[in-house]
Amino acid sequence: MSSNSDKRNSDSDLKIVLVGQPNCGKSTIFNEVAGYRSISSNFPGATIQYTKSRVSVEGKVCELVDLPGVYSLSSFDEAERVSQQYLINEPVDVVVNVIDASLLGRSLELTLQLLDLKIPMVICLNMADEAEKKGIFIDTSELSKKLGVHVVTTVASRGRGIDNLFKSVVETAEKGTTGNIIKNSRDVEIIIAKLAEILKNSLDSSLPFLGRLLAVKLLENDPFFVDYINKSHPELTKAIEDFQKELSRTHGRPSDAVMNGERHALSLTIFEDVTHLGKPKRDLRKSVDKVLMHNVWGYFFLILFLFIFFNTIFRLGALVEAPMMALVEKGVQETARIFGSGSMAAMVSGAVINGFGGGLAIILPYLFPFLFGLALLEDIGYLPRVAFLMDAFMHKIGLHGKAVIPAVIGYGCNVPAIMATRILESPRDRFIASLIAAMVPCAARMTIIMGLVGFYLGGTAAMLIYLLNLIVISISGRVLSKLLPEVTPGMLLEIPQYQVPRLGTLLQKTWLRLKEFIFIAWPLLVGGSIVLGFIEYFNFSVFINKMLSPITWILGLPSQTGITLIFGVFKKELSMLMLFQAMGTRDLLTVMTYGQILVFTVFVVFYVPCVATIGALYKAIGSKRMILITVFTFILALVIGFLTRVLTWVVW
Amino acid sequence: MDNITIVNAKKNIEYIVQEISGGVGARRRLNQMGIHVGDIIIVRRSGIMGGPVLIEVNGSEVAIGRGMAKKIIVGAVR
Repeated sequence: MSSNSDKRNSDSDLKIVLVGQPNCGKSTIFNEVAGYRSISSNFPGATIQYTKSRVSVEGKVCELVDLPGVYSLSSFDEAERVSQQYLINEPVDVVVNVIDASLLGRSLELTLQLLDLKIPMVICLNMADEAEKKGIFIDTSELSKKLGVHVVTTVASRGRGIDNLFKSVVETAEKGTTGNIIKNSRDVEIIIAKLAEILKNSLDSSLPFLGRLLAVKLLENDPFFVDYINKSHPELTKAIEDFQKELSRTHGRPSDAVMNGERHALSLTIFEDVTHLGKPKRDLRKSVDKVLMHNVWGYFFLILFLFIFFNTIFRLGALVEAPMMALVEKGVQETARIFGSGSMAAMVSGAVINGFGGGLAIILPYLFPFLFGLALLEDIGYLPRVAFLMDAFMHKIGLHGKAVIPAVIGYGCNVPAIMATRILESPRDRFIASLIAAMVPCAARMTIIMGLVGFYLGGTAAMLIYLLNLIVISISGRVLSKLLPEVTPGMLLEIPQYQVPRLGTLLQKTWLRLKEFIFIAWPLLVGGSIVLGFIEYFNFSVFINKMLSPITWILGLPSQTGITLIFGVFKKELSMLMLFQAMGTRDLLTVMTYGQILVFTVFVVFYVPCVATIGALYKAIGSKRMILITVFTFILALVIGFLTRVLTWVVW
Repeated sequence: MDNITIVNAKKNIEYIVQEISGGVGARRRLNQMGIHVGDIIIVRRSGIMGGPVLIEVNGSEVAIGRGMAKKIIVGAVR
């Protein structure tokens, strides 16, 4: 494509893009070639991620891009729109269409859409071993002949066939093989041709999408292209609608359904022509689901797995955290010695070390193992099962099964949890899920629950706080979903086969999510720590305690606790540490009643999320809703704190 | 046998999809997951308390929320 070559970055010879349906093994291929040295980046204006890397293939420097997994190319949902736009606008040399060979029939629908783009293409039939287990034997040369592109068989999880794949990619790039356009039924093709002709005559010929591709998309009623034409060439709208109506009239269903139906039929025909079916082997993994997705045992194992998961992380984390915090403490003392105790320089450097070290003490012992474990559950294929099991419960709070994922992540840290709400389809669902994610007691709040209520009032009381939190979250979700009465699109989720995860892929996923914490939350922690340093340095605490006295008065807490609440906004567990400092003792019972300890903990667990979480909320759902959640949780905490006070007053 | 929704379908029996009611959005999402009018599907499992329905279609398993499952109407394979 000549118009594209001048847009090309001069520092790579080839731009190769991996496209495929979710769970086809695209990322495994990417990692196999890129060797985990990938750079991740965001699409402008969207939260969907793609990864790219510079790799050397057959002596050429290539840019390899891994687009998000999509079932088809359209602009109906975000991931698809983003992939479609990328393929249309970027100077792509070769598209590698990765296909799960065991799902060839369904996957070919995406392949047909990619062929319409007329970009040089290679087909990668991945998971060939899975297909044979299912009794599907594919004649690759026949498939290659039909589609007019190279077809390479791979088993990416074992690194098989990758060399061949990229040899074909380079060859295809050199020859510029774009493959065949597979024709629909005659009457449909006539309409496509007529519309394409009209478009060609009235549109600017420099458009990256023209002719057949555009005609097909318009007949499919694809929002991006329809909008584009309506805005730039309103005079064509009528003609397009007429063609849509004609198609719909002759086939007795809407034009989009006709186009999809045509593609489905074509895919199945090709599938049947190039495969022969044998006897499927017995698959043990099917039996696993008889237990793990069972209506009773499924829940038993879900609870068991989560228990083991969290227990392991918190035990391991505690082992690492203590010596790290000691090191941070030592660093603060050391700087105090160098700059002179009480000097501003000592205060600032101490605050920086505290913020930096505090972040490290969350990341290394808790967040890293947590995110790694999550990636493990994800790559094994367990998370979709969790979504299946939890769907009915999530519907009670106006969401659907997939929303359980951010909620579970929230127990580790709210920041990646809020980031994970992007798996949900509608903005309304993402908003409700974000509120829930922000209210789930994260690891930091767990230390407070354990350190105060657990320590002074016992484990049962601590468990009750978790239970209370769960109830409040359910009610909040329910109320919010009633206030935003939009029907959730409902769950539609592929349940993939269980897979043996690969360490490299796990580490890469973990790193991608860890980065979100490192670049959003960590700087905020350091900044917050410095602000707190100044508050202490200029002895603002008396002033702040006075300012917060209405809150401490409502809750019936000693006024010195006011300042600790501010600390908690920056970093939840600081609330507890500062409580000891503000009260001047580690033995709280000498200065506070059991009731006050309980009220304090309940308030701190529920009130505004920490700055890092607020930052994540801002990025995920925008400033208005971020403020809404912050204010809501604050009022909620005040109410629940007050009720707890009344309750303790009645009990004690 | 009359046509029924997959919510009421018997488990582990082949049915043929007769109709997908509902709007463009639902139809399109189901199409993408490989569920079309004319496809053969098998209901494998249905969740408790109005949970989702798990079906097998063209060799893959798909969990469909109850609301959307009610839009898929199937009949006996002839």
